[in-house]
Amino acid sequence: MRVQVQEAGFDLGAESDAFAASVPEAGAIVTFTGVVRDADAGGLVAMEIEHYPAMTQKALEAIAQEAISRWSLADALVIHRYGRLVPGARIMMVATAARHRKDAFEAAEFLMDYLKSRAPFWKKEILADGEADWVAAKDADEDALKRW
Amino acid sequence: MMDIVYFAWVRERIGLPREQVETSAATVADLVTELAAREERYAAAFADLSALRVALDQELSDFDASLAGVREVAFFPPMTGG
Repeated sequence: MRVQVQEAGFDLGAESDAFAASVPEAGAIVTFTGVVRDADAGGLVAMEIEHYPAMTQKALEAIAQEAISRWSLADALVIHRYGRLVPGARIMMVATAARHRKDAFEAAEFLMDYLKSRAPFWKKEILADGEADWVAAKDADEDALKRW
Repeated sequence: MMDIVYFAWVRERIGLPREQVETSAATVADLVTELAAREERYAAAFADLSALRVALDQELSDFDASLAGVREVAFFPPMTGG
């Protein structure tokens, strides 16, 4: 398992290739990438991501370990950024490797559901008109945990 | 002495990222009552506990939890990772 919390960007292709190459026994690799979107085109200048350094790494490791155990994954990778990110920038990625695709897909969804609501990150949207709003957690995100 | 850390709008509302407090609060709820009584900015931050989460020594917890042996208490809004 590799969990990386960083301010710098990452190379999605290189990370995916290296991850896949490290798990020769896995026939299924699923990757998910989260990107800063500008839902209201032109309105978003940047997304500022704050985190709780003393807690982030261990919270992410616990979530990744749970995914590995529940789906008997060959491995899992989580990279999550913090700091100021512009629209189009990658925020994070997860990758899961399993013998078969169902486990790899499910484990990736589980990781994403838990990252959303149980990893100590907070996002603030900086808008073109000078406003800045903290992104509110959605009830649907909390509800999504119940299916696991 | 206990370290208290704040994140996101809780940090902004209180105006501090962290502070040390001398407290004899037995539970998180007791600590919240003490802090909220300090000044208006604390009262505003702790006005609606349903909008807050708490972590004790970097583990998610709840407002009924005991503070015995706890060194760091963190208050923050629901997380928005991913």
